[in-house]
Amino acid sequence: MGYVAVKGGSEAIDNARLLVEFYRLRDNTPPVAIDQLKSQFRLGIDKIMGEGSFYAPEYGALALKQVEGDVLEAAFIMRAYRATLSRNYYSEIVSTEDMFVQRRISSSFRDIPGGQILGPTRDYTLRILDTSLVHEKDEGIQNFLREFQKNVGDVSLNEIKSFSKVIDILRTQGLLSGVANDEDTRVLDVTREAIKFPVPRSARLQMLARAETGGLMALGYSSMRGHGSVHPTVGELRVGLVEVKVRSASGKVRYIGKIKVTEAEMISKTAKKRKKSTPYYSIGYGLCFGQNETKAICMGILDRAMRIPGSHSPASDQEFVLYHTEGIEAMGFTNHLKLPHYVTFQSGLNNVRNTMKRQNGQVEQEGLKTIVENISDDLI
Amino acid sequence: MVEGKKFVNRFNYAFIDESTKKEIRRKLLKAICIPGYQVPYSSPEMPIARGWGTGGLHVTLAIIGKNDIFKIIDQGSDASVNACNLRDFVQSTTDCETTFETKKATIIQTRHRITEEVLHENQIMVFQVPQPEPLRGVERYERKTRQMHAEANYAKMWVSLYESYVRFGDIMRGAGYPVKVNKRYIMSPSPIPRWDIPNLNNAKCLYLFGAGREKRLYAVPPFTDVEPLEFEDVKFKIEDFNGIACDLSGEKVAFFDELYNSEGSTSHVVNDSDFLDKLIREERPCQWSNKYLQEKIQEEADEFAEKK
Repeated sequence: MGYVAVKGGSEAIDNARLLVEFYRLRDNTPPVAIDQLKSQFRLGIDKIMGEGSFYAPEYGALALKQVEGDVLEAAFIMRAYRATLSRNYYSEIVSTEDMFVQRRISSSFRDIPGGQILGPTRDYTLRILDTSLVHEKDEGIQNFLREFQKNVGDVSLNEIKSFSKVIDILRTQGLLSGVANDEDTRVLDVTREAIKFPVPRSARLQMLARAETGGLMALGYSSMRGHGSVHPTVGELRVGLVEVKVRSASGKVRYIGKIKVTEAEMISKTAKKRKKSTPYYSIGYGLCFGQNETKAICMGILDRAMRIPGSHSPASDQEFVLYHTEGIEAMGFTNHLKLPHYVTFQSGLNNVRNTMKRQNGQVEQEGLKTIVENISDDLI
Repeated sequence: MVEGKKFVNRFNYAFIDESTKKEIRRKLLKAICIPGYQVPYSSPEMPIARGWGTGGLHVTLAIIGKNDIFKIIDQGSDASVNACNLRDFVQSTTDCETTFETKKATIIQTRHRITEEVLHENQIMVFQVPQPEPLRGVERYERKTRQMHAEANYAKMWVSLYESYVRFGDIMRGAGYPVKVNKRYIMSPSPIPRWDIPNLNNAKCLYLFGAGREKRLYAVPPFTDVEPLEFEDVKFKIEDFNGIACDLSGEKVAFFDELYNSEGSTSHVVNDSDFLDKLIREERPCQWSNKYLQEKIQEEADEFAEKK
């Protein structure tokens, strides 16, 4: 049955599956172990868990291995897997004030209660290709770890108490205006129901937390650079571990584990509604799985931008932001263009040919161009 | 015992968990009750990419039972790569029988085509829909299009068709020609060619539409009026393949693929692969009947008579 090019599909896709596996293994190097990926590709896996909306580092590492390091593709696999699991619980509210803080900075004040903690960040490293890593040896790793342990102070972990929030300073002084939580009569679960516009804030924040980092960054940046009015200050950025608890059927609150999250509280001035009304500060909130500061910050910017009434910038437009930063969907749809479209194309072609016939073959180049453009709009 | 049972199958029957399938079925019932109305639904992630037929899969997997016979086509072909992939997936998670034969199937999932062979009461056709919103081209905001549907305010759509006529001398909609369902909602038929549009009207089978990425379901129940949008003086037309015959079967009235051979010549073959196979075997399956097709058949007959 070889009369249409796309026939013989089954055989072709079987071979494609084999080939892609061959390309993963063809150089015959030792297999990458899951725990190696999990510990040494920490930030990549954090991204996978955030965009995959599924907190499971081992599974994230497995997905990363399976797809040869494509983070977004790995996130897609995580999403597909999580969809097969039934949701048994909603967690109790997580308080980030009780976070075990690994990193915490504020750019709004020089010093903050509890102090600035730089923590693990690449912000102040020079981005120079480290050629010494080519020869990294087990021995070197052991030496580094030994030296590092020696230099760790005597302060035991238990002495670190919870940190109060920087924005509480503004809040107690009455400088902070409220957020739009009153939009929520209940907390919507975006994995269980389709969003409708206008979307309540609970759903917006969920969508942003699952969104693709690059997409959020593009729109967040646009808002800061000029297509919008949010140029915020980092009120506080925290990275650390929070405890997750669920309420069992008997009503008991049970601790089920810790997850690492990045939280950003972005402060910006609100637009004055009337001439004489007082300007306030307002907060934009971002929280995502793992350590992904770009994402949390941009989420904060966009949360704020979407609450600006009457703004026409792309970053303030709920539908524009939420639909188009959804990376898994965007990637799928972009790639579906590779599917055959010959029926749809034929249908459009028929129109163009008829139009040309009508115009008696005297179609000017420009005219033809607009026709073709018009047609291609229909080719979904 | 329960533990032992739990890990026998990696996934639930038909992949999606029962409560979600139930939700999808409930939304489908709503869609059938309000023909052409887009019902939002959960649209869980599937192991195939968004835009590759997730919506169609949701519908198929939610309604399929062990006795169903499943057929899937992509651009009219049973053997197209994506159709093969989805067929394997549905088959492996449901164990149901699959077929290429249109007549035998109880559920037919499709991308961008209705079968050339007529469908019956015991058959359901499931469409994979990339963009469920027919008004998206004239109104970019979902909030506003929902309102336009609610108020049956379709002025913008009519104006766009009119503009198309003024600029190009015809309504330049190719595949996915907008239709009005049950004299109420304007609906996107998914990008099926205009050839297939009349077959939506008062059909015996049930048509279900799933748009996974956009999270919408809709339906055309059996014996429902489906009219393509047209003006009193500018009418809807199906694709014309005048003077074209299938290279392999000699068939003249069907939707054709245009093939370009390496030596530069053009040939045409019937697009629907099962229909073509049958024509080649000299079986003649019962085709749809509608006024547009009848006109075509009449034209062919007249031409034939003239030649004689």
